[in-house]
Amino acid sequence: MGIKQAFSLALKSLMTSKMRSFLTMLGIIIGVAAVIILVSLVNGFKSDMLTTFEDMGLNLINVNIFARGSNRQVDVEDMYEFAEENSDYIEYISPTVTVQAAPKFGTDTAESTSITGVNEDYVYIQNYELTSGRFLQYMDVQTRQKSCVIGSYLAEEYFDGNPVGQSFKINGSQFDVVGVLEEQADSTEGSADDCIYIPYTLARTLSRMGTVSSYIVYARDKELVDPTITLIKNYLYGIFSSDSAYRVMALAQIVDTVNELMGTLTVILVGIAGISLLVGGIGIMNIMLVSVTERTREIGIRKSIGAKRSAIMSQFVVEAATTSAIGGIIGIVLGIVASIVVCRLMGIGVSISVLSIIVAFGVSAGIGIMFGYFPASKASKLNPIEALRHD
Amino acid sequence: MIELKDIYKIYGDGEGEIRALDGVSLNISGGEFVAIVGQSGSGKSTCMNIIGCLDVPTSGTYRLNGTDVSTMKDDELAAVRNKMIGFIFQQYNLIPKLTVKENVELPLIYRGMPAKERAKRAMEALEMVGLADRCTKMPSMLSGGQQQRVSIARALAGNPSLLLADEPTGALDSKTGREVLEFLKKLNEQGNTIVMITHDNEIAKEAKRIVRIQDGKIISDEKGRE
Ligand SMILES: Nc1ncnc2c1ncn2[C@@H]1O[C@H](COP(=O)(O)OP(=O)(O)OP(=O)(O)O)[C@@H](O)[C@H]1O
Ligand SMILES: [Mg+2]
Repeated sequence: MGIKQAFSLALKSLMTSKMRSFLTMLGIIIGVAAVIILVSLVNGFKSDMLTTFEDMGLNLINVNIFARGSNRQVDVEDMYEFAEENSDYIEYISPTVTVQAAPKFGTDTAESTSITGVNEDYVYIQNYELTSGRFLQYMDVQTRQKSCVIGSYLAEEYFDGNPVGQSFKINGSQFDVVGVLEEQADSTEGSADDCIYIPYTLARTLSRMGTVSSYIVYARDKELVDPTITLIKNYLYGIFSSDSAYRVMALAQIVDTVNELMGTLTVILVGIAGISLLVGGIGIMNIMLVSVTERTREIGIRKSIGAKRSAIMSQFVVEAATTSAIGGIIGIVLGIVASIVVCRLMGIGVSISVLSIIVAFGVSAGIGIMFGYFPASKASKLNPIEALRHD
Repeated sequence: MIELKDIYKIYGDGEGEIRALDGVSLNISGGEFVAIVGQSGSGKSTCMNIIGCLDVPTSGTYRLNGTDVSTMKDDELAAVRNKMIGFIFQQYNLIPKLTVKENVELPLIYRGMPAKERAKRAMEALEMVGLADRCTKMPSMLSGGQQQRVSIARALAGNPSLLLADEPTGALDSKTGREVLEFLKKLNEQGNTIVMITHDNEIAKEAKRIVRIQDGKIISDEKGRE
């Protein structure tokens, strides 16, 4: 008996009890749909995250120096000089000095605002746009001007969106707002928009730190990030003679870490969905066993008129595989539709993985064959005389 | 064509053994119409299962068209049944979810015959039993007599050397039973070899040869009508 016949026979037998066939398929449908939805969710999330990092700049390198107490030091001038000498690699460098303080706007104190001391190049490093005013300038930094640039949250919250020319206090010193950054996040408290940038020269004093211990470096090209890191490490090793005195890390490495994490997450989620496929497979086996019992007489008839074991076997395996594959197709359609809807709702990019569709379909058909095998082999071994007597 | 020699079929063993067939020897040639008659439990079905290659004897040899089938394996027996034997059952044994025509095509499918030829043969067989116009119907839409004729068509479709009928009239009223019987006689006149199992002497009388069986043994072998 040809595979085509076995297939049309299988369809016929599925159609005779539609409800039962559907319920049998349900496990496979859910499993396949779940795999597709989860994979596309994770994919969408991942690519969104990567674009975010891409926006933040894959050219960025963080440098941290821990050489406290050591008699050797690197000061800002040394780092500038180093950057100058390696200007083929390094486009910009800025110190980053974190100030632990709560700014006071009139009588209000902002508790969650981050205050960072930077230089004039920081705006290029972070690719910031300003909605009004200007960023810090060379002169502000050199002459320790008490100017600052603030995030959109602070501008809205304390200055009614019009802060340029107004002032507030950090640790008692008065700072003038010279610019407002474009919204980065959602202009809420504690977000990336709740920030103040001041000249690092002042920040150093405010934070009572003698030396600057962290820098952000902007490589000329993504491709140059790795050699630049090596350059910086070599330079710092030359000074400290120890590689535990500093840490140089590219933002891109964080991306790798995220990728890895997402990979693990995918495996776990797909594994869970896989269990549903397995349960679906067992459901198919169960129904096929029932079907073999119900059709014992039919099997007897077929055998008596000359069906070989292989013919009976293929009839039932094909039926199980067809059930499962149809379930798989329904699951794929459902999965694609649901992926689109869920991704839209969650506001992440829709990216349906073709591979996940192919794998899901293959696995579901495979499960049908695997779990159909046992009932089919049972059917094929029935004794025709006994099977004919069955009622 | 059929040569049964010292056939034993023994169920169970030791004290509780049942000799369903207890040394049966029987020869049937091509073109015969033989009725095997006996009471319930006499071993008729067992005999028919062996003649029909659905089962193998415990001992003895069975030659069908010259080939020894008594030691064949499952799949080999299936092939022999498919090519050489057409079964007509008491309960018709049509597959309910297949149409009349598909039922008749079934033995040809297992023979691997191409679809076109298969359809042609099935229609020919249905014409012989006068049911060609019902070919797209489901078996359940036909009367008992018609269903039995479909099952005869199925048996004929493969052009077997032997038609084997197990109580072919058992499920039919006497009038329809008659008709089926007349039809079998007609098929025999056309040259088909027929072995019919029955417990009904009246029906057995219609055959050309009557073999009586009791407790697994042949007790008489005589001519019937002529
Ligand atoms: N599978 C089996 N296992 C054990 N004993 C069996 C088996 N099949 C048949 N027998 C026994 O063999 C004997 C002959 O049975 P068989 O079915 O051939 O009788 P029969 O002549 O066809 O009877 P009936 O007219 O009632 O169908 C009976 O005693 C029966 O109990
Ligand atoms: Mg019987």
